Amino acid sequence: MSSFLPNVVQLGWGGDNGWGTSIIQTIYMTVWPAIIGGLIGLIFGIALVVTEPGGILENKVLYSICDKIVSVFRAIPFIILLAFIAPVTQAIVGTQIGTTAALVPLSIGFFAFYARQVQVALKSVDQGKIEAAQAIGSTNKDIIFDVYLRESRSELIRVSTVSLISLVSLTAMAGAIGAGGLGNTAISYGYDRFNNDVTLVATLLVLLFVLIIQVIGDLLAKKLNHQDR
Amino acid sequence: MAKPIIDLANINVTFKQGKEVVHAVKDVSLSIEKGDIYGIVGYSGAGKSTLVRTINLLQKPTDGSVTIDGESFFKDHQQQLSNKELQEKRRNIGMIFQHFNLLNETTVIENVLFALKHSKLDDDAQEKKALELLELVGLKDKADFYPVQLSGGEQQRVSIARALANDPEILISDEATSALDPQNTNQILDLLKQINDKLDLTVVLITHEMDAVKRVANKIAVMEHGQIIERGPLQKVFLQPQQELTRQFVGGSLAAVDTLRAFNLDHLADDEELFQLVYNGNNVTKSIIIALYKELGVEASMLYGNIEILGGEPVGTLFVVVKGDDKQRQAAVKFLEDNKVTVTKIDERRIWNE
Repeated sequence: MSSFLPNVVQLGWGGDNGWGTSIIQTIYMTVWPAIIGGLIGLIFGIALVVTEPGGILENKVLYSICDKIVSVFRAIPFIILLAFIAPVTQAIVGTQIGTTAALVPLSIGFFAFYARQVQVALKSVDQGKIEAAQAIGSTNKDIIFDVYLRESRSELIRVSTVSLISLVSLTAMAGAIGAGGLGNTAISYGYDRFNNDVTLVATLLVLLFVLIIQVIGDLLAKKLNHQDR
Repeated sequence: MAKPIIDLANINVTFKQGKEVVHAVKDVSLSIEKGDIYGIVGYSGAGKSTLVRTINLLQKPTDGSVTIDGESFFKDHQQQLSNKELQEKRRNIGMIFQHFNLLNETTVIENVLFALKHSKLDDDAQEKKALELLELVGLKDKADFYPVQLSGGEQQRVSIARALANDPEILISDEATSALDPQNTNQILDLLKQINDKLDLTVVLITHEMDAVKRVANKIAVMEHGQIIERGPLQKVFLQPQQELTRQFVGGSLAAVDTLRAFNLDHLADDEELFQLVYNGNNVTKSIIIALYKELGVEASMLYGNIEILGGEPVGTLFVVVKGDDKQRQAAVKFLEDNKVTVTKIDERRIWNE
């Protein structure tokens, strides 16, 4: 092992630069933004669909505000966003560098991406089902939870999978503000030091991580789908 | 006249499509009485759906008033109910659609229970009610299936059960049989008729298929370009259509005119008149033509004959030329009318010389 992948072994398991530490940092930077950014993204996605023209709670002003916020954050390249919102990060978590500091830009980057994905998933629900629910006398809350979210749940799982995978690639950039993680290992300890074996192993670990997300996502999406024969 | 359960007055609906304004419904008034099965026919784009959607305010009229069961829903450009009240009132108006619009991620019984979500019944009673409704539509054994596992006809039955969940007084059917094959169409229509009898439900049936209306409706309105161009009891509109479009829809009448034209009679003799005779199925067994000759010595030659089943009853139509002097012809008409035959003199110029 040490003769094939000398630098990989040298980095070790624990310690500041160890593989275990990097893996945990990547998981940490994926899970928290997925929860925080995911919730906010879900709320924005729902808001976009219900307030759009012709939506069940049509509201031009609110729609326009939500739409602009999502568009702006989607448009800023993540590596720039990291630096750009540093003061906000400072205000929220008390520091501009480190793994925890990365949670703020990651959540924001993820929220904007996810909101659009949720919007598309919810829009896939046939308008006729919404109309049928209205004709039954359903409340708007019923329509959001029992029609929009429930009917699109398989689609929501699919877009969540895509979004999570894109979040994993965002975590790789978080090394730029000292957040660590597998992406940082690949660049700082692999590429920058000509340790190609380290880059290779870090890449394989990220791939494995993505693969696990994809497989679980596909399984869930299939299990929760009763629409296609 | 009984008080109408649905009263639409001077309804206008306009949409903006880009810069163009589309006038989908133009000053339409429509009263529907309790227990009616009111058919509204017309080609797609005639404004049928838009008009009917104003009943439960899925479509808000641009102008006009909507009164349901004596209660004002909409007038003076204003919804007269709060949104919460409207939600409650909508539970009194069931609706079924061309594409069923069932929730596909829930089972058949859950679809019905979804409509009962705001019912005052407790959970057990709701479940019992849902099963009763599924039994009514003949799907009790498929309660735990998902909609995609059912045929189109079965899915429409589920949507009927859902629409009836809150014991509505009105059921709106928006092209509900248009996506079904003829056999399923007839089964669904018969089910609607059965529910109409059993639950004293008022049914509004929108369709472009005249056969559907013929089978179950008792009254009909024909729409074109956002207006009702003809309306009345089924038999009257069906057998004596006034408008060209109505004649197209009621194929029987068109066939009659085509047949008559094929005779290529330029004009009738002075002692001849063309009549349309319409008679109820109960008289079908008696031969009126022979009776005419025997009783009055009047010759009637038959040019066209047909029997239609309208609202479950056989109705015969004959086009006959009656030959005789003025007195004889008048006596013939009286004789026919005494025998409960509806006699309409047809202006032959309309058929041969237009």
